Amino acid sequence: MELCELTACALAQLLAKREISAEEITSAVFKRIAVSEELLHCYLHLDHAGAEATARAVDAKRQSEGSVGALAGIPVAVMDNLSTAGLPTTCASKVLQQYVPPFDATVVAKIKAAGLPLLGKTNLDEFNLGASTESSAFGPTRNPWRTECVPGGSAGGAAAAVAAGEAIWAVASSHLIPASFCGVVGLKPTYGRVSRFGLISSSSLDQVGPLARDVSDCALLLNVMAGYDALDTTSLNTEAVDFSAELAAGVKGVRVGLPSEYFAADADPGVKSAVMQAIKVLEDQGAQVVEVSLPHFRYAQAAYTILAAVEASSGLGRYDGVRYGYRSADAPDTNTMFSNTRGEGFGAAVKLQILLGTFSVSTGHFADNYLKAAKVRTLVKDDFARVFTQCDILAAPTTPSTAFRLGERCADPVMMSLVNTFRAPADLAGLPAISIPCGLGNGLPVGLQLIGPAMAEQRLLQAAYAYEQAAGLELSLPPMEVR
Amino acid sequence: MGYPEYQVIIGLEIHAELATESKVFCSCPTTFGAAPNTQVCPICLALPGALPVLNEKAVELAVKAGLALGCEIPPFSRFDRKHYFYPDLPKAFQTSQLDHPLCRSGIVEFRVDDQTYQVRINRVHLEEEAGKSVHSGERLQGSHYSLMDLNRGGLPLIEIVTEPDLRSGEQAKAFLERLRTILRYIEVSDCKMQEGSLRCDANVNLSINDNGKNVRTSIVEIKNLNSFRAVERAINYEAQRQYEDYLDGNMSLNAGKITAGWSDAEGRTYVQRQKEQADDYFYFPDPDLVPIEISAEQVESWRSQLPELPAEREARFVTQYGLSAYDAGVLTAAKGIADFYETVVENFDGDPKIVANWVMGEVLRMLKDAGDEAEQALAEAPLKPHMLAELLQLLQSGAINGNQAKEVFAEMWTSGKDAAVVVKERGFEQISDTAAIAELVNAVIAANPKVIADIQGGKTSAMGFLVGQVMKKTAGKANPKLVNQLIREQLNIT
Repeated sequence: MELCELTACALAQLLAKREISAEEITSAVFKRIAVSEELLHCYLHLDHAGAEATARAVDAKRQSEGSVGALAGIPVAVMDNLSTAGLPTTCASKVLQQYVPPFDATVVAKIKAAGLPLLGKTNLDEFNLGASTESSAFGPTRNPWRTECVPGGSAGGAAAAVAAGEAIWAVASSHLIPASFCGVVGLKPTYGRVSRFGLISSSSLDQVGPLARDVSDCALLLNVMAGYDALDTTSLNTEAVDFSAELAAGVKGVRVGLPSEYFAADADPGVKSAVMQAIKVLEDQGAQVVEVSLPHFRYAQAAYTILAAVEASSGLGRYDGVRYGYRSADAPDTNTMFSNTRGEGFGAAVKLQILLGTFSVSTGHFADNYLKAAKVRTLVKDDFARVFTQCDILAAPTTPSTAFRLGERCADPVMMSLVNTFRAPADLAGLPAISIPCGLGNGLPVGLQLIGPAMAEQRLLQAAYAYEQAAGLELSLPPMEVR
Repeated sequence: MGYPEYQVIIGLEIHAELATESKVFCSCPTTFGAAPNTQVCPICLALPGALPVLNEKAVELAVKAGLALGCEIPPFSRFDRKHYFYPDLPKAFQTSQLDHPLCRSGIVEFRVDDQTYQVRINRVHLEEEAGKSVHSGERLQGSHYSLMDLNRGGLPLIEIVTEPDLRSGEQAKAFLERLRTILRYIEVSDCKMQEGSLRCDANVNLSINDNGKNVRTSIVEIKNLNSFRAVERAINYEAQRQYEDYLDGNMSLNAGKITAGWSDAEGRTYVQRQKEQADDYFYFPDPDLVPIEISAEQVESWRSQLPELPAEREARFVTQYGLSAYDAGVLTAAKGIADFYETVVENFDGDPKIVANWVMGEVLRMLKDAGDEAEQALAEAPLKPHMLAELLQLLQSGAINGNQAKEVFAEMWTSGKDAAVVVKERGFEQISDTAAIAELVNAVIAANPKVIADIQGGKTSAMGFLVGQVMKKTAGKANPKLVNQLIREQLNIT
């Protein structure tokens, strides 16, 4: 096995024993990138020199002082909607093609402080508005498991990179769907657990979290990222947790709720059977399975769509060509400059969101759209609050299907949005969730989604770890023709 | 048949910049007059990914303003986004407050001449300032180029909205002056209209009684009035215009709001556009800012920090110092001046009314040119209040006369010398030595037998001649009161 295919945990042990250097790891990753990137297109921007410099600095420090963090030198990919000082940050949009931020997002500053070489910026749906990475202005990413399929989205580039050995792990603002489609582990933290400062989100529903090859790595990277940040007023000021500690606590006696609505919804039989098998594994480990109900499940997707679109229509207003980014040339007046800049700078998927969002808060439509969606959000939160008195975590499929073919759903936004069916409720409620690979359906990875109450990341990680250990699936690396 | 009677209906929307050290959602400084775009950061430039952090001092000042205007402070408040595209609005929305303002339902009293009026305050809310545009032409549209200075972008503003309780330009001006006094007293805003830290929009329409039928003209919103005088003139002009247009059959009635500008030079309003429908700002609650919750204890704590407000102070000046309501009003119109007055009174052994006359006369005369900066000019003047008290003490004791005191005052104002020093330098000390003056009086009486006879014959007005003679002999330094008294004693006139 090549270095670029190992987990961060395994690499950390090798580094600690001085059997390998950080520079060797980074070189191995860039060697893989050289082979497979042309086909997969995981990255929008690579920082070979920067990553190597960090790796060398870490090696030098480890040689001289020996006192560097255990994870220092394990390279990371960063989704291209996280602000990186001095490195292009485009959100996969033409409107930000030339934009280089002067500051680091808080999570980026944290991974830098931990000594993680930053490999580059990964592809995504334009302004994270999408679930397939096909709306990137710079071309789609391909799924390493089957390159005619999408990697999921919006963080398709990050998940594909982790799956293909083009990164050891990644920091992203979308986790579940790309993790599920690419067969990696993705964790969406509780709203406020990880700072959103510097995350160029199209909506406040987005959260920053880790994508990794296994549950242990996921916990380690979350340790690096989490924590209160005074720069984000929605950040939670809670005691620091070591997410790696007690990872092997097991699921004995843990009540796993199966929300009936998730299982009654349309989904591939392959997905359903893989997930049911995974739940059986948890049960074998001592978990207690209970059936529960989230009655407002069926409204969650619509409410999520409206709220996300409203926030996108507002948050994307700043791309007007005045201060930075793309500006349409030769407009005769300012209003034309605004509309041409936005008309030429944004792609079709983004424009659709802006139109939908603007409509939803326009005079006369606010009550029927935004307000109703906000009420649904409250109802969904209440559903979860009630359900979590009956069980400790929920288990469900991450997506109704495995990865679909490129182009298959582009013409049909409703069909496309079905990918979000199972993720929308937890996103609306700001709850933590994790997706772990639980087998294959039609030869493509299936994700098991576990959802917990607020601040229950540790419980989710423990359950996911218990499953991962018991299932013993060797799924983290695709049987890739490009390897 | 006479002309129909009408009433002018006026409501004001006032914006005041809060006197915080940093901006409302970032830590950039708020100092006025820095080089363009030097007081900016990723947050107030709206760089991608930057998030706002609420400046708690701005909330405190906004709530204090509300309390001073008699408002209620609801326990829950939140920010909303008001969307529109303009080059000096970096986020393409202004963070403001729609349904849940910080303060509601206040009331303010003010006076015009001797009449007291009340204005209800609908709300006071907190929002952010936009940047400053400098156009090569008149306005953005049609300019060859426009420059944006975002130093101002993100300064904390309060918007104060009145109910339509005002009835004339004079009332609007008087109310606005009272409002400024209050905001300055509580040190919430420096309220400088020239610098734009206090701005006013006026909504004006008429309620006309035409043969028993009530008719309302469409509301005209006059934007950006930048002086008290402009507020008064613009409203009076606009009311008259609406009335005349109504009589001519040209005035639109009960239509949507009409926006107008005011030309100070021409003394007239310009209707800019008639809104076909209300502007749509696509308001919705700002998801990046958590709602503001203010406990009753916090409100009371802030209330207890408020200084004595101008209305209370004015009433106290009347009862404590025996001043007229007018004088008390003038002296309390600015906190710095009222403070100065009270310090002089504390240090002066005599009638507070004398102090009032001096402060309102000599002191305010010196501050006339300072305009908005009067308080600052007074604070920086070399003459300190205890020094004025000493001067008045000299005047009261008869050591100098009134004209001399004014001359000494003028010198003290610029040099900061003590009264006694200036009096001595100028040789103004009056001769109040009874023996010395008596000697001169006797000499003058002896030298003017004819005048004495006239006086004793009943022509007491000739007394002045004798006083004048004594004053002449002392080069004006004799205490005239004492001279007068001694002459009367000598001649046995009572």
